Amino acid sequence: MNSDKVLDAKGLACPMPIVKTRKEMKGLASGQVLEIHATDKGAKADMTAWAKSGGHDLLEVQEDGGLLKFWIKKG
Amino acid sequence: MTVESLTAKEVAKKVINNEPLFIFDVRNEDAFADWKIEGSRFDYLNIPYFDLLDGVEEAAAKLPTDKDILVVCAKEGSSVMVAEMLAEEGIEAAYLEGGMKAWSEHLEPVKVGDLKGGGELYQFVRIGKGCLSYMAISDGEAAVIDATRMADVFLNFAAEKGAVIKHVFDTHLHADHISGGRQIAEAIGAAYYLPPADAEEVVFDYVKLVNGLKVELGEEKTEIHAFYSPGHTIGSTSFIVDGQYLMTGDILFIDSIGRPDLAGLAEDWVGDLRESLYKRYPGLADGLIVLPAHFMIIDELNEDGSVYKTLSALFKENHGLNIEDEQTFRDMVTRHLPPQPNAYQEIRKTNMGIISPAEEEQRKWRLDQTAVLCGKPLNEAIKNWKLKERLT
Repeated sequence: MNSDKVLDAKGLACPMPIVKTRKEMKGLASGQVLEIHATDKGAKADMTAWAKSGGHDLLEVQEDGGLLKFWIKKG
Repeated sequence: MTVESLTAKEVAKKVINNEPLFIFDVRNEDAFADWKIEGSRFDYLNIPYFDLLDGVEEAAAKLPTDKDILVVCAKEGSSVMVAEMLAEEGIEAAYLEGGMKAWSEHLEPVKVGDLKGGGELYQFVRIGKGCLSYMAISDGEAAVIDATRMADVFLNFAAEKGAVIKHVFDTHLHADHISGGRQIAEAIGAAYYLPPADAEEVVFDYVKLVNGLKVELGEEKTEIHAFYSPGHTIGSTSFIVDGQYLMTGDILFIDSIGRPDLAGLAEDWVGDLRESLYKRYPGLADGLIVLPAHFMIIDELNEDGSVYKTLSALFKENHGLNIEDEQTFRDMVTRHLPPQPNAYQEIRKTNMGIISPAEEEQRKWRLDQTAVLCGKPLNEAIKNWKLKERLT
């Protein structure tokens, strides 16, 4: 899946993956896609809830071993 | 800025002592709706931490000024951040050390009573999840019943008491939480007992827990008797310890009854459940103290945090023991089966030794949701029915 920017949040514990994602998102234009890589298991539920609450569109989540990948379209 | 913290143990004390506490839960809304810290005098506010990143002023206005505040999240990180933000606003709030993960795993050992030969009986209250485990200690020998996954807690407790764990029992093959029984038995070289009817698929050695089996602890020969009481599972077995205590597993709880554990077999097993509750248990001594494997709600805790009542009290008060008509009982039990816990099959396979999920994976399952496993819908149905009976 295409993305406009990739954020590496691997090895970071909650709340940092969301804190960083939020910051990166601010630099993107509406409709652009941010790809996030994280290893914190809790990020899965939180990223979903955060995107919803912020009006963004969580396009896809992939899980590969311990690595979580998210694609979020800015709302 | 440093902020204060509370341990799971300190929060457990507040629950047991009915102290007030304001829980500011910063997990996402689904997680909070699913499961939270329960206390009879606790109040709550749930705002996900990611909605607080711009500032806590709005949230601060919703916090009380006359109560201690505890910020809670899944693992601790976000609660520290939020507590610090509150501190900057001049609001004192502590965070929960280790978050809900620590809360889920906290076991509070409570002494239930003395054994005749000078020994002691302890109940391990998993206060965040409602699981109850037991350890009987007599003359330096111990037996463990229905241990939860946190094996170290039991091993360390026995060591502190100067006791060697000789026997490890599970009343049945658990499907709602991972048993620590086998791990404890292996660590200390004790015997691990399971009812054979539940254990047909297990891939490890175990001792067959059959009706009438008797073991003795220490010089005083404190007796533990196995008493077959099927219905939750086909193998479900109760224990009578020292002629005083009755461990009922998932067959009989303080305020409700067990339910057939495999939905597909409910029709077959409900007859066994009826027989255990209405024929077998009434044949036992009235004064036995009933010690179940779960509690449902915080109200069931006694003043010291323990969970028990006498068998005679339960025959009077427990609605599930007072449905005279067998057909009504059958309908009640089979029509109100709650949904199976999410990872039910994975947990059963883990307890049978067929799969060995990583520690993190086991935690994630979080299945021992008391409302689901203990048949809350059934319990409600029985109560409503009783109420109607009385009205008509």
